Amino acid sequence: MSIIIDTGCANLTSLKFALERLTNDVLVTDDPAIISSASRVFLPGVGSAGYAMGILEQKGLIPVIQNLTQPLLGICLGMQLLTSGSTEGDVACLDLIPGQVQALQAEGWRLPHMGWNTLTDISDHPLFEDVSQNEYFYFVHSYGAEVSDSTIASCEYGGAFSAALAYKNFWGVQFHPERSGSAGSQILKNFLEITS
Amino acid sequence: MLARRIIPCLDVRGGKVVKGVQFKDHEIVGDIVPLAETYSQMGADELVFYDITASSDGRSVDRSWIQRIAEVIDIPFCVAGGIKTLDMAAEVLEMGADKISINTPALQDPYLIQELNQRFGQQCVVVGIDSYFDEESDEYKVYQYTGDVDKIQLTDWNTFEWMEEVQELGAGEIVLNCMNQDGVRQGYDTIQLTMARLSTDLPLIASGGAGKREHFEQVFRKSDVDGALAASVFHKREIDIQELKTYLSESGVEVRN
Repeated sequence: MSIIIDTGCANLTSLKFALERLTNDVLVTDDPAIISSASRVFLPGVGSAGYAMGILEQKGLIPVIQNLTQPLLGICLGMQLLTSGSTEGDVACLDLIPGQVQALQAEGWRLPHMGWNTLTDISDHPLFEDVSQNEYFYFVHSYGAEVSDSTIASCEYGGAFSAALAYKNFWGVQFHPERSGSAGSQILKNFLEITS
Repeated sequence: MLARRIIPCLDVRGGKVVKGVQFKDHEIVGDIVPLAETYSQMGADELVFYDITASSDGRSVDRSWIQRIAEVIDIPFCVAGGIKTLDMAAEVLEMGADKISINTPALQDPYLIQELNQRFGQQCVVVGIDSYFDEESDEYKVYQYTGDVDKIQLTDWNTFEWMEEVQELGAGEIVLNCMNQDGVRQGYDTIQLTMARLSTDLPLIASGGAGKREHFEQVFRKSDVDGALAASVFHKREIDIQELKTYLSESGVEVRN
């Protein structure tokens, strides 16, 4: 079973519907036992890092997530929460992927970075199987993870930032695959189909 | 590179998509969900659903269709119309909308913008502005209650000053509807939109006046807007979205193909 961690943030619904177009085995929950026993875990999120970490703490989910060994995909803010910390309110995050989140280095560019953008430097990673360099993905954010050894695809907006991260079983995408048309659906499908 | 967005707007009244000319005389275009699905498949980058009667007759959006849209489309969509409180916004977002757009309620209570920002994040707070060029005063002015011809009302706000105010309060995007052009299909108001572009660093969406594909190219090139919204040219199938995008791409405008 795939589960979506109920972060209390807006837009769990669109992710749930996108997954239901691919599989009939999806559940939204904040129950630690169910999360721990799932085969795939999604960590969605929109809003601010501090607010979302507060929710996870309140629900007692921080150690639960940190101890997961099955594949987890963080989406948008959910990806950012996987890093060691965010300068958005100086918040310590889950520290599962090395690196930091900071305000986009996009001086003179409009913020938030909102709309469809292409990826650069896509790695040969299972998450990007059958996804070409010409595809567009839907982004909405003002903060981003710096490019690091864990970056498996980057994106350019003023400067480069991580469009996708992967470290051990913890993966994440800055864009919204649930709102990125057929290319986004392919990403979700790839994640559901990886052999761990 | 970030693509310029093509955004069909579906005006909703009584559960049907309608289109009026300069906010009057609405005619029924079709059912909401099949139209949304069609536009999504044709390559629209985003959809806006606007309950045009909501603010003016004191009720809120009929929300049952939001979840049905969220189930079928895989592009972002925004819901506008009568969202006056945090709880109403929460309900719309929970049903699967990506953004909410407020217009008259923001004019009634500007701090609603700030509250929405703090609760849901900047990215989902869109402010719609209905702007009319008043020849007498030689000024662009903001109107409210534009959904109903009997209640439409001039405000004290100059359009560009209101834009600066909403950015200050934490909006994430502005849709500027140029009322002089709305529904008459003579092209976007590139003069006003260029002035608007200089008044804000937020993503800016042009609305009102699209009649042919050249108008889209003009507004992107002249006014540097992030997206262009249109209704009747898409509803009446006068412009095919896929062909429009090919045309824009060949004209050197970055679009998602």
